[in-house]
Amino acid sequence: MSAAVLQAADVHLRRGPRTILAGASLEVEPGECVALMGPSGAGKTTTLRILTALEPFERGRIAIGSVELLGGRPPAPAALRQLRRTVALVFQFHCLFEHLSALDNVCLAPVHVYGTPAAEARRRAHGLLASLGVDHRAGALPRELSGGEAQRVAIARALAVDPQLLLMDEPTASLDPDRRAELAALLRGMAAGGRSLLVATHDEGFARQVATRVVRLEAGRLAPA
Amino acid sequence: MLALAASAAALLVCPAPAEPGGRELVWAADPEGGAPFVEADPAHPDRLVGFEVDLAGLLAARLGLTPRFLNVAFTSIDQSIRRGDADIGLNGIEDTPARRAALATTIPYYEFREVLSVRTADAGRFRSLADLRGRRVATLGGTIAYEILQHAERDLGVRPVSYDDDLHPYSDLVLGRVDAVLLDNVLAERRRRTIPGFVVQPGSVAVGHYVGVLALANRRLRDAIDDVLRGAMRDGSLERIFRSWGIWNDDQRALYRRLLGGEPVPPATGFDAEPDLAAAGPWAAARRYLPSLLQASAVTLALSCLSMALAAGLGVLMATGRLYGGRALRSALAGYVELMRGTPLLLQLFVLYYGIAAAVRLPAFAAALLGLGLNYAAYESEIYRSALEAVPAGQLEAARTLGLSEAQVFRYVRAPQAFRLALAPMTNDFVALLKDSSLVSVLTVLELTKQTQIFATNLGSWVVPGLLCAALYLAMSLPLSALARRLERRWRVPA
Repeated sequence: MSAAVLQAADVHLRRGPRTILAGASLEVEPGECVALMGPSGAGKTTTLRILTALEPFERGRIAIGSVELLGGRPPAPAALRQLRRTVALVFQFHCLFEHLSALDNVCLAPVHVYGTPAAEARRRAHGLLASLGVDHRAGALPRELSGGEAQRVAIARALAVDPQLLLMDEPTASLDPDRRAELAALLRGMAAGGRSLLVATHDEGFARQVATRVVRLEAGRLAPA
Repeated sequence: MLALAASAAALLVCPAPAEPGGRELVWAADPEGGAPFVEADPAHPDRLVGFEVDLAGLLAARLGLTPRFLNVAFTSIDQSIRRGDADIGLNGIEDTPARRAALATTIPYYEFREVLSVRTADAGRFRSLADLRGRRVATLGGTIAYEILQHAERDLGVRPVSYDDDLHPYSDLVLGRVDAVLLDNVLAERRRRTIPGFVVQPGSVAVGHYVGVLALANRRLRDAIDDVLRGAMRDGSLERIFRSWGIWNDDQRALYRRLLGGEPVPPATGFDAEPDLAAAGPWAAARRYLPSLLQASAVTLALSCLSMALAAGLGVLMATGRLYGGRALRSALAGYVELMRGTPLLLQLFVLYYGIAAAVRLPAFAAALLGLGLNYAAYESEIYRSALEAVPAGQLEAARTLGLSEAQVFRYVRAPQAFRLALAPMTNDFVALLKDSSLVSVLTVLELTKQTQIFATNLGSWVVPGLLCAALYLAMSLPLSALARRLERRWRVPA
């Protein structure tokens, strides 16, 4: 048994006549930051959605921490709950809850899912926001945040449940070069701290800057770049 | 006879100022009132029958005119005559001081008695209004009987219940929704023949008369009609008409004797009629009616708020069911929405109150609340459904990846945002409901519009009552709109 945080083996997915994944396999070790690259439409986002059980897959096996997902079978509720504790996803367009402040976005899951007392959750959320450099925006609504600020709040929200594996979808899409460099440093620091990252991007420079390893998704298969 | 012919000739040469008739005598009535007044002939529904039809024919014939019928809702006949839509209104119209002031009324052609009807089992204990303290007594709104009941409310503690027709007071009496009905003997006898279970008490509460009504500018035609009526009293034509409809009695003989003897006949006797509202002036009348209008506004507001709360609660459940439920539930809820939106609210109210009365006897206010709530729930559910669907799917997925259950996603992410999106259309619906609540007067709930209608009927004009009513509706709806606008600004959701 490997110590890999993520092990995906021979994963298949078709959408109508189109093959998205055709036996894709991937491993991510603790503290590793893997960049998932590929042309637009190759299936990078779909791969992340499969790993978070937002989409089913047809065949294959995925193990994330102690959770096992099998192709063609919906995960059991207990497995799904465990999966949510283990892996978190930062969406390309952040998908912050528009009616909640940045702080409340970060506190929502700890308080309501994991039963953290509200005061404790707020203290931790302030800490997370501060570590990402956006604590001064804690009271702002998502519509009042810049693209970079919103992304950092989304990262803080994902980290608030302390996942072993953090997935990110096109994190540089809305960032200028300075913010991109800051984000790269931030992700490297997180990996150095022992967290595993899988970052889907089509930004070659960013991938080289941040990743310990790059894999490419082409024709439904994953291969080292 | 010569005088009559001369009058008629003068009328033809110099038409009356209001001249919808020309060589015709246009007469207005409401066939919904039914026999013996006016109704569609059951054998030939395109023809009208009734003593008013015979009377109109007699008047027209003796004036050398052709009768032409105009269908006007009973409660609008006075206004329609004032507008000049018809020459004369003939529909069991009561002689009142207000009518005498606002219209040119003919001499009375029929005398009736206001009689009390009670369930057969109550015949021994409810003999007069004094026996009905704290009891619900039904009648037609805007009539002398209603005025008598208002007096009795003040003096005897009777609770008046106003209806829009003369059938449901009696059916509700038998069902036990009211304890007595006060209406004229013609109406009471008519219903006693078809609805078993009640008796008409022998004594009369008051005496009144049916008259024809014409516009004030048509006094010359009125005088000519009075001459025709006197002639018909004298030669027995009127007696023949009323005998043929089974409503002739000695009261009419005595009335005709007084009229032909030149004796003045007061509008009604047996109770202290309200001083003429019209003569008091519209603003004095408004001051007198204001407390009743405010009380009716409170009923409107309470009914609207409770109905909206019910509609909102059911609407949320239905919208949730349509989004999260199984196929059978979704189909059933979609069917409910189409049924409630596709049929008139008035019909739904009738079914709830009268249609299912044999199985479930809902009190009037409860039926009104339920009817409005169930109807508006269909509209609210569609608003909430579209608002829930408008919350971006990405946010829902983000919540799921954080570990929130579907119920938590709904409670903490979807519903709060949907509520803000739904707020503006909900406010619109609340204002619409406030106005639609006027329909519940058909269930005897005395709300603002019905009270205004009674006021207008007694005053003989819609101008001041209409203005007051509009002001009260605005006073209720404008703060709601302002509150909704403020909440919308505070909770604005970006596009």
